[in-house]
Amino acid sequence: MSILIDADTRILVQGFTGRQGSFHAERMLEYGSRVIGGVTPGKGGQEVLGLPVWNSVAEAVAEQAVDASIIFVPARFAADAIMEAADAGIGLICCITEHIPVHDMIKVRAYVTMKGSRLLGANCPGVISPGKSKMGIMPNQLFSPGTTGIVSRSGTLTYEVADALSQLGVGQSSVVGIGGDPIQGTNFIDVLKMFAGDPDTERVVMIGEIGGTAEQTAAEYLKAHHPNLPVFGFIAGVSAPPGKRMGHAGAIVSGGGGTSAADKINMFRNMGLPVADHAEQLAEIVKASLEDRD
Amino acid sequence: MNLHEYQTKSLLEREGIPVPQGAVAMTPDGARQIAIDFGSMVAVKAQVLTGGRGKAGGIRLAGNPDEAEDAAAHILGMDIKGHKVQRVLVEQAAHIKAELYLAALIDRTSQQIMVMASSEGGMEIEEVAAHSPDKIRRIYADPFMGIRSYQCTRLAREIELPVALWPAFHRLVSKLHAALIKHDADLLEINPLIINHSDQLVALDGKMTLDDNALYRQPEFGSELGSEDQHPTEVEALNAGLNFVYLGGNVACLANGAGLAMATMDAVKYYGGDPANFLDLGGGSSVEQVTQAVRIMVRDPGVRALLVNVAGGITRCDEVAEGMAAAMDEIETRIPFVVRLVGTNEAEAHRILEPYDVEFASRFSEAAKRVVELAREGAA
Repeated sequence: MSILIDADTRILVQGFTGRQGSFHAERMLEYGSRVIGGVTPGKGGQEVLGLPVWNSVAEAVAEQAVDASIIFVPARFAADAIMEAADAGIGLICCITEHIPVHDMIKVRAYVTMKGSRLLGANCPGVISPGKSKMGIMPNQLFSPGTTGIVSRSGTLTYEVADALSQLGVGQSSVVGIGGDPIQGTNFIDVLKMFAGDPDTERVVMIGEIGGTAEQTAAEYLKAHHPNLPVFGFIAGVSAPPGKRMGHAGAIVSGGGGTSAADKINMFRNMGLPVADHAEQLAEIVKASLEDRD
Repeated sequence: MNLHEYQTKSLLEREGIPVPQGAVAMTPDGARQIAIDFGSMVAVKAQVLTGGRGKAGGIRLAGNPDEAEDAAAHILGMDIKGHKVQRVLVEQAAHIKAELYLAALIDRTSQQIMVMASSEGGMEIEEVAAHSPDKIRRIYADPFMGIRSYQCTRLAREIELPVALWPAFHRLVSKLHAALIKHDADLLEINPLIINHSDQLVALDGKMTLDDNALYRQPEFGSELGSEDQHPTEVEALNAGLNFVYLGGNVACLANGAGLAMATMDAVKYYGGDPANFLDLGGGSSVEQVTQAVRIMVRDPGVRALLVNVAGGITRCDEVAEGMAAAMDEIETRIPFVVRLVGTNEAEAHRILEPYDVEFASRFSEAAKRVVELAREGAA
């Protein structure tokens, strides 16, 4: 098992004919994902990678079964693309696009929830269930199948951690990037809940960063609901100065406490959750915990 | 992007929120003229994008035009937490009966717009949160319905506002909420919101942060990207499409992705170095952007060593290598480079950099450790 996607998930690509959309659709196909085609308004009837292009999501779902949609549409049109997918009844919508205005996302998030769909992102690398399917932009070769779940606010840092785990022989059940924006369709708790309910996920690696207090809320949730699920943490930004936005729109140490890396790390440790001192060490402590068990 | 007090207030005024009469001066004589026009006591306030102006002596009261000129002469050019004062706002001084706090902002926890109010205005809201959290009251705007009237009533009651002011407070809260959305702001804060001698609610200070992602549809401020208040290198990097934050240490760091860029700085710090900057190339960056990034970093006189840490995904390692090579061809530098390029087209990247004097590292911590050593040697 895995969470969010598996080998049978039928995936639609919105923004299919664009540079990013077609490039990553091809990488997804190489990985074995069941990409069924894509949408680009005005280009319906064409073919890309031997797959159909539709003018709208509604046209696509009228012709074929679609379980999930991945969005590569430019920021100015991405909010609309998310709502289009939700209106067409697609259950899982993954938005890769970065730089969507935050006020648009507040409305979109509420809209998608009302329609009963799940949104992942925006501004996220997507999800991969190694050996089964990938709906995202992560490099294919760094992941290996296994029983460790990863949930993260960061893209490339997740690749690093997955790669380090794979090299130590620790495979992954699913790897989920929830994105670095202040407004998120799916948060840490949503993913932790899914991992806790997944029989093939035995432990979880959680990668957080400065800004907001989502990591603390997640730690409290774990303590209250899944005290026996082994969770290993890393928080990026120990060296980040206050008041400066570090790349991600959400990554800023702001007043009021709790948003700095040190605050988050202390909170994790106080709850008995192991936290790595630096990124590479994260894989090592996961590996060490497996050896202790043997 | 942060707006100055005078920009925020002119915007509030346009939205129908009462503010004191005021004007901006860039010279002491300008301040004098404004004080003459008002013919009353004025407040002369430094316009800088940082807190703690009052404590730093950046706000002065003046009883007549001579005093206003003196005050401006004193404040203009002042350095407040690294921000040089270039403008003062000269305002009619207000008679204050009470100081409140009111703000509308994007709240991550509720994933909605939150309106926050307090009877304890005039100090940083973080201080209030620390010593009397019960004094901060909150309501949340439904994404589709907005703020409802009963919520404003509750908020007014909870901050113990006199009943006579409730209708004005309702109007103020709805205007603030509307302005936050209309201008694509992350934060719109009035602190203090005062009750003046004629029992009116007036915004005595204002702070506003705009969503950088929406500047394209905010033509009034969109052209001001990279304000005068930012470090010049940050503005240059911004124009090159790089996420750069100047930190002033001895190890320059270049990575792709915000999380990895931060983790790279953290590892440098962990091994005893001091990061000179945060630099996120972003996804799918071009050769020219990499060249520009290297140029910016090696120019920093405090830098003793440089670390490149790239996890190729969308970003191709060979393009990063080409960008670095172009920069090294052009710049004479004795700063040692430690390079870790893994992922997409990694082998090609190593081939490109082979002729150059760079050290390769394969592991993250090995790279961080080595660059810190080199920075130490460089400093000795």
